[in-house]
Amino acid sequence: MSTQPLRELLERAFPDATELDVVDRTGGGDHFQVVVTAPSLAGLSLVEQHRRVYEALSEPLADGTIHELRIKTKGGA
Amino acid sequence: MSYSDRIKGVIEGSDVAIFMKGTPSFVMCGNSDRALQALRRAGAPVTAVDVLPDPRIRQELSAISGWPTIPQVFVKGELVGGADIVEELEQSGELEQTLREKLGDGYAAARDEQTVSLV
Repeated sequence: MSTQPLRELLERAFPDATELDVVDRTGGGDHFQVVVTAPSLAGLSLVEQHRRVYEALSEPLADGTIHELRIKTKGGA
Repeated sequence: MSYSDRIKGVIEGSDVAIFMKGTPSFVMCGNSDRALQALRRAGAPVTAVDVLPDPRIRQELSAISGWPTIPQVFVKGELVGGADIVEELEQSGELEQTLREKLGDGYAAARDEQTVSLV
């Protein structure tokens, strides 16, 4: 899978994102790193912030498209 | 037979629990290793559970925790997160702070590491 569909899922889940990045870590289309900074994440624990990302990507996670996911989240602008 | 009760027993009965792929002496996944190394650097007394012997362990664990990936780290029954969060908290010093708050100042003295088998 390319990074574009994942980016679209995240953009839909975090319309307020000030930073949104998806990197294919190995070039194999299944190990991804996502970075999301969004005001809507502010005040949430890291666990809750990462949960939001998992929810946004639940489909590609469940069907095995994403083999490994690294997440970096921040609340705020 | 269900693993849920034993999984909950480990989560609630351990100071620090890590559900991982492999064991501390034979880690089978880079992310499990990242989380384990961060816990070790913080001096955490780790109780490790290998999820690989039966896929149902992982399924039932995720149903309990609401967390989809492995590893999963718990301190005193509370989900701290996966490898990314544990690493981030270790680097910022918050992991040690949390361990001190929840386990007491002398938590690192034990340098305890044990493996629990669910199968």
